[in-house]
Amino acid sequence: MEHTSLLERFLRGAALTLVVIFFMFPIVWIFMMSFQTNETILRIPPQLVFEPTLANYTALITGKLTTAAGTLDIAFMRNLWNSVFLSVTSVAVALLLGVPAAYAFARHKFRGSEDIAFTLLSFRFAPALLVLLPLTLYFQKLGLANTYIGLIWVYQLICLPLILWIVRGYFEDIPADIEYAYRIAGHSWFATFRKIALPLAGPGIAAAGLLAFIFAWNNFVFALVLASADKQPVTVGALAFITSSGIQYGQISAAIVLSITPTLALALYAQRYLVEGLSLGAVKG
Amino acid sequence: MSASALTISGVDKFYGPIDRGVHAVQNLTMEIGKGEIVALLGSSGCGKTSTLRMIAGFEEVSRGTISVAGRQVHRLAPVKRNVAMAFEGYSLYPPLTVRENMAFALKAARLPKSEVDAKVASIAKLLEIDDILERYPSSISGGQQQRASLGRALIREADLHLLDEPMGQLEPQLRAVLRGRIKHFIKERGLTAILVTHDQTEANALADRIAVMEGGVLQQFDTSDRIKQRPANLFTGTFVGEPPMNVFEAYVGTTAGKINLRLPDGLSLDYNKDAFSAPVRDELLNRERVVIGVRPYAVRRSKDGVPATVSANQWLGDQTHIAADFAGGSLVLVEHDRTRLELGAPINVSIDPKNLHVFDQVSGKAISHGMELA
Repeated sequence: MEHTSLLERFLRGAALTLVVIFFMFPIVWIFMMSFQTNETILRIPPQLVFEPTLANYTALITGKLTTAAGTLDIAFMRNLWNSVFLSVTSVAVALLLGVPAAYAFARHKFRGSEDIAFTLLSFRFAPALLVLLPLTLYFQKLGLANTYIGLIWVYQLICLPLILWIVRGYFEDIPADIEYAYRIAGHSWFATFRKIALPLAGPGIAAAGLLAFIFAWNNFVFALVLASADKQPVTVGALAFITSSGIQYGQISAAIVLSITPTLALALYAQRYLVEGLSLGAVKG
Repeated sequence: MSASALTISGVDKFYGPIDRGVHAVQNLTMEIGKGEIVALLGSSGCGKTSTLRMIAGFEEVSRGTISVAGRQVHRLAPVKRNVAMAFEGYSLYPPLTVRENMAFALKAARLPKSEVDAKVASIAKLLEIDDILERYPSSISGGQQQRASLGRALIREADLHLLDEPMGQLEPQLRAVLRGRIKHFIKERGLTAILVTHDQTEANALADRIAVMEGGVLQQFDTSDRIKQRPANLFTGTFVGEPPMNVFEAYVGTTAGKINLRLPDGLSLDYNKDAFSAPVRDELLNRERVVIGVRPYAVRRSKDGVPATVSANQWLGDQTHIAADFAGGSLVLVEHDRTRLELGAPINVSIDPKNLHVFDQVSGKAISHGMELA
């Protein structure tokens, strides 16, 4: 018996190791690349031992990219700030609009409510490329092209349906009688929403917000088309490292490390919350 | 009866569009006096909970009006109706302790802390939950949650207390004790309570009057005794009373100065014409077919009765329930002695016309109860 269990344990360990290596390898490799120069990166065969340099990070932070062809200005820190600003504001706006909407959809069945909710969800089905051209034309007419407001608006296509549909499920899981009990004890429906529904759906709202943040942060194509350099997030900004004198692998790696750090930290910090929030109902027996 | 605590008049409830949706409550009219305890009794889906929720304000009233303590409330938000409610699913607030849950509405009404504490303590003692006041709803049993929920409703001084299946989860011994205490508590404070239940023992024990509902229609609204003695129709007759009333279809005939109630299988209950009062006799003779009903404890075994065959015999500790095959159906008798009858044993039964309920064969409406017309 012990023999099998030992073997089992060994196999399980091996399988887990394989999975971890498979998923972590790119990140580890990029992390290593970010401390190397282009020459050491492009050595064949690649080597694990190298002399680490902080040049890539210095270049990103100071905004001066030195290449073989001369010095280039890059707006990486600006892009990073744009990413933070766009994602945070978009999620905030989506929460502000989506949570009350989700509550309305969960609690009040009105004519066409399902259709409206489904229409909002269908925004996620449509490939971004399908709406980009008309959006660009409209945005230019409206003066929204290349503005934060315009981008945050478009980001609602990503964040709003996500928050609406996840949070709605949470509100539906809260027994309506709990809210009724609160209302009959002398509170308005708005107080009930704030004091009962919101706290009980809290984990779900947090999880939905976190997911929306990650989706917004990772968005590429909307920002690529609708914003110019000074409004672009890191996902688009990274293109600047493909210069006329070659691809700056070192800087790209450093940029990736810097740009995934916030989301990775957030996801790790909220990991338990996220899993709980997405897998459990808000209220259990 | 003093001033009206609740007046429901002509209330309809449709789920879905009016006149086309599901007609859950149909043209309900009832009046409840201040200080009364009323039970809404019926099987699931009979409209009793819908009625309660319309009074509380959680379901819209499709038609008709509801007044609480003289104020029309059916268009007001629940918060403005001044009613308290205990929910069937308890609905305690998970982040609050039992004490906080119970004190909640009082705090919202800005009562001084000492008064709140005293009230919580006395109600908790009454409901035997004083040892779990600091626990959270998720860590106590269903029965305890139910009592906390009941306490949360009873603690309030509202015009009306609505109790939706308030004791369904309690163990029988505790339920019996609490019934008495709760009734005493409500009466002592002059509260008005409406209780929704499917348990007739509970309705009998707690309520002054019982409203029997079925299919969204109020069947009868009267005291427990009168509902048993004078059921308004076949439904209340068979629904209220344990074990249920025996009912048989019968043809009315006369032979040689006797009234015969002819049952299936060629059986006949024969009575002298003067065994009935004149009005009842006239009603009977006016009809061809009726439904007759008799309570199990009113069926007697007697030598000159109608034959039946014993199919079950059960001693319950204080009474014997005997079931017998009779007239193509089953007849239940209750006897207070311990009777031992072999299965399949032939017996003869007789029914005193004083205990006979007669119903219209088509509408089910009561025609007569014993010697009196309905």
